[in-house]
Amino acid sequence: MTNFETVIGLEVHVELKTASKIFSPAPNAFGSEPNANVNPIDLGYPGVLPVLNEEAVNYAMKASMAINCDIATNTKFDRKNYFYPDNPKAYQISQFDQPIGENGWIEIEVNGEKKKIGITRLHLEEDAGKLTHGDDGYSLVDYNRQGTPLVEIVSEPDIRTPEEAYAYLEKLKNIIQYTGVSDCKMEEGSLRCDANISIRPVGQEEFGTKTELKNLNSFSFVQKGLEFEEKRQREVLLNGGEILQETRRYDEQKKETILMRVKEGSDDYRYFPEPDLVPLYIDEAWKERIRAEIPELPDARRERYVKDLDLPTYDAAVLTSTKEMSDFFEETIAAGADTKQASNWLMGEVSAYMNKQQVEIQDLKMTPSSLAKMIQLIEDGTISSKMAKKVFAELVENGGDPEKIVKDKGLVQISDEGQLRDIITGILDENEQSIIDYKNGKDKALGFLVGQTMKATKGQANPPMVNKIILEEMEKR
Amino acid sequence: MADISKDQVKHVANLARLAVTDEEVEMFTKQLGDIINYAELLNELDTENVEPTTHVLDLKNVMRKDEPKEWIKKEDALKNAPDQKDGQFRVPSILE
Repeated sequence: MTNFETVIGLEVHVELKTASKIFSPAPNAFGSEPNANVNPIDLGYPGVLPVLNEEAVNYAMKASMAINCDIATNTKFDRKNYFYPDNPKAYQISQFDQPIGENGWIEIEVNGEKKKIGITRLHLEEDAGKLTHGDDGYSLVDYNRQGTPLVEIVSEPDIRTPEEAYAYLEKLKNIIQYTGVSDCKMEEGSLRCDANISIRPVGQEEFGTKTELKNLNSFSFVQKGLEFEEKRQREVLLNGGEILQETRRYDEQKKETILMRVKEGSDDYRYFPEPDLVPLYIDEAWKERIRAEIPELPDARRERYVKDLDLPTYDAAVLTSTKEMSDFFEETIAAGADTKQASNWLMGEVSAYMNKQQVEIQDLKMTPSSLAKMIQLIEDGTISSKMAKKVFAELVENGGDPEKIVKDKGLVQISDEGQLRDIITGILDENEQSIIDYKNGKDKALGFLVGQTMKATKGQANPPMVNKIILEEMEKR
Repeated sequence: MADISKDQVKHVANLARLAVTDEEVEMFTKQLGDIINYAELLNELDTENVEPTTHVLDLKNVMRKDEPKEWIKKEDALKNAPDQKDGQFRVPSILE
């Protein structure tokens, strides 16, 4: 049986979150009423002229640099001609032979193995409008998205497994989000992915015929679609068949890829330099200005958390999964919280709350300094970790000052040894049988006595202290 | 002499969604060939040490600040739509 090797390349489109569009001053916003954010430039009226948004170029440069691309010094825009109602001009302004970024890479990790995936190019272009296909033979067009700045990031065919494809996407999204140029929300279309996949007998140098997967709605569908496609191509070849160059989509219900169309010949977009836009010259000063704005990226942060903050690798990975989480963590420890405690709360209760409520960390009422304060209250024994859960529930839901919450809820822990000893002596007096039981080896009796003490103090006694005093007092009898 | 073929004319016409008759193909093949041949006069010049240009104007980096501006209302955007529904442009379905 022949062994095959899989070759995957990914094309990722990322919308840049500038305030206005790339070639027109219409607002760039998601979720507005259809056609509320359009103007004559977006609509392709005769006589209008596009003018490039400087920030879109800055963002594209920032993204390119974050994925280790060389930045072009001389670059320009080109027309890509096609007829489709998502673009009223009948051409998309894109970049053909002089992309902003080239020859980059990112590092992924799969099953503990690190691997560099090359990035061929990153180019800047405009997004098209959104079509909704009806079943009455008509489609509706919303041009709000028309002219949204978009970067297309093309990987080298370095990816060898669907799992690597998944890791690449996660990593790319992570890095781009850190740069702040896009929110990379697949569900809102601000990050979209097409995948090219082919297989070839192991040892063969030339690539097999590839198929393209489109309309992939999540990273896991990318992985599943590629897994299916890998298997399908293998079966076709092993049965003496031939792979056709075709576009397929992944059907989430059927869990298989379905043929959309067979590609005949190559697309003929008749690219030519965009005459309405003059060339761009990016000098070193401009490049350096942008480079200085790139924040510390996830890999560097993760390494620093392990090396300098002594956090476990797992914690470091979870905390750096988004820039917002990582910033929150850093502000919490800057406000005086213990590093590991801050990490535990963020990975535990805070993440659980965010998942349950489907909210992002930046939307929480709780601030890093209030979380830090709550952690300090646990550390200095003011509240028990059990009480902290009540404080947290209030804090995360409504915000506020942890000290005030503790007072308002009457949660202050009793850590006064004399006060506790008095209460415990009374309880022991009433429960002599338990003392006998304990001395006869029934450990359960201790639990009972602790329980009675907690009940008598409405749960406010400091538990380790209660344990200690009960044992000391029983010893005396 | 870089003549172009009838097939090339038909191909370009198809890409531009133009219906051309056989007579027109004949005519355009000659006309387009003449234009290209005329442009080839440029090949007589020595451009060995000349940087290629992509634009006729000697300008670069013409950009605007990232400031959104109100321009037209949604209703105006749809005024010239041949057909509309629910605030959107309505077009015959063209499924890719």
